Amino acid sequence: MGNQSLTVIGGGLVGAAIAYGAVRSGIHVRVLDQGDTAFRASRGNFGLVWVQSKGHKLPRYARWSRDAVTRWPALQQELLQLTGVDAGLQQPGGFWLGFSDAEMKARCALLENVNQHGGEVPFEIMNRSKLVQYLPGIGQAVVGGSFCPMDGHANPLMLLRALHAGIICRGSEVISGVEVARIRFDSEKQEFETFSGDGRSWKSTRIVLAAGLGNARLAPQLGLNAPVFPTRGQVLITERLKPFLRYPMNKLRQTLEGSVQVGSTSEDVGFNDGTSTERIEWLARRAVTTFPALAYARLVRAWGALRPLTPDGYPIYQESSSCPGAFIATSHSGVSLASVHCFVIGAWMSGMAERPPDFGVFNGDRFANSK
Amino acid sequence: MTTNALFSIPESSGHDMVTIAFEGRNLTVPAGISVAAALLSNGVSDFRSSVVGQAPRAPYCMMGACFECLVEINEFPARQSCLISVQDGMRVRRQLGASAINIKDEL
Ligand SMILES: Cc1cc2nc3c(=O)[nH]c(=O)nc-3n(C[C@H](O)[C@H](O)[C@H](O)COP(=O)(O)OP(=O)(O)OC[C@H]3O[C@@H](n4cnc5c(N)ncnc54)[C@H](O)[C@@H]3O)c2cc1C
Ligand code: FES
Repeated sequence: MGNQSLTVIGGGLVGAAIAYGAVRSGIHVRVLDQGDTAFRASRGNFGLVWVQSKGHKLPRYARWSRDAVTRWPALQQELLQLTGVDAGLQQPGGFWLGFSDAEMKARCALLENVNQHGGEVPFEIMNRSKLVQYLPGIGQAVVGGSFCPMDGHANPLMLLRALHAGIICRGSEVISGVEVARIRFDSEKQEFETFSGDGRSWKSTRIVLAAGLGNARLAPQLGLNAPVFPTRGQVLITERLKPFLRYPMNKLRQTLEGSVQVGSTSEDVGFNDGTSTERIEWLARRAVTTFPALAYARLVRAWGALRPLTPDGYPIYQESSSCPGAFIATSHSGVSLASVHCFVIGAWMSGMAERPPDFGVFNGDRFANSK
Repeated sequence: MTTNALFSIPESSGHDMVTIAFEGRNLTVPAGISVAAALLSNGVSDFRSSVVGQAPRAPYCMMGACFECLVEINEFPARQSCLISVQDGMRVRRQLGASAINIKDEL
């Protein structure tokens, strides 16, 4: 494999995890990433490492998410040892909370359905009095919850930093300030040439498109289909507080540093990653309903970030049939899936492993009729 | 804690004065100034202890951006003293580490 080289377009969590996985398989990688004004879900997300309820419409995705949380500790350890950067993984189990009996019933049915299709994701439905033992201080409006012992959270910014450091530690490169405009495939030489808008270019024998929202525009150049679109999420963060929440919840968590993160909205506002008072208020109100004592906590920041989503919400992982050696990877839950993006997708896309079994379901061609 | 104040309040007559208590010590200061200004002009340089390393901290920006000036005011934790005006009878204490929120079980 000495003459193999890989270009990864996009240095967010998806691109960086795949690039790091490729580097550890022994291939030279060059990550090309935009500048500081780029849209980057990886720098504005909620930080959950989550499996509960994942894949209820796609059993392969439930298993994929379970593999991901199971393999996260190995990634955390490896990055910590190699780079000294602690991605802050904690997996004490996590809660979803219900505010009505109808919600509780639907939740139970959904989690059972995941397991009837081979999910093998353990969970426990708890009533209010049981819940209070785990989450003291929970509001009156909460009627119950579901607990999954495999859920957890991490520090997504430190994870991104650790992945970038790992790529560089092992002798590969991350080049930022690059806006990729065009990619050319030379089938005789089996070579890709990537051109930036400002006239620079780089050659490689393989290429991975992991450009988040940028994938929609780049994919067709390599015979691939990735109709990703932005969904905005707004997030709030409080001042640092003494630890009072042992378990992350899908809408609220206390970080290792003590701040409470409250998330997140889901809005269709195009390429606008700003915030709005009305949604900030809505998030704050929901947080106080969940934990009344939070009424006394001070918010220090709010921000918006754009999720790159596919029409069905599930990932696209695919090799191009017209340009062999070109791959696309785009997914929601880039924090949760970081471990398998590294260990499994990185090895596959760098040519060191076969495509994982039953991966046809993640083909982007399933959206052939989407615009 | 130094007692030589790095900052002072210009001498001029005609100020209304108020008295606040800092860690039990009474300080008489001009009405209308910020709590941070009142403490600094009385030689206080240790406003709070850092959440991470417990090191002493003092105001930095004096304009609400850095959160270095946090103190406890009238039993409310983590107030930005550079943004709050002194009031007669105010009780001010150091902010030690992160503030705690008071969890009461709503059973
Ligand atoms: C509010 C919110 C909450 C979330 N919560 C969670 C959570 O709790 N757990 C979880 O697992 N996931 C969560 N996610 C999802 C997660 O953040 C994303 O799945 C992940 O960050 C996607 O990573 P990415 O690398 O594909 O995209 P991005 O982070 O968007 O990165 C794409 C990169 O590609 C680069 N790029 C784009 N076009 C080009 C181009 N033409 N040339 C060069 N570079 C280019 C950009 O500069 C950017 O750095 C959340 C997302 C949001 C917005
Ligand atoms: S001194 Fe900076 S916020 Fe008060």
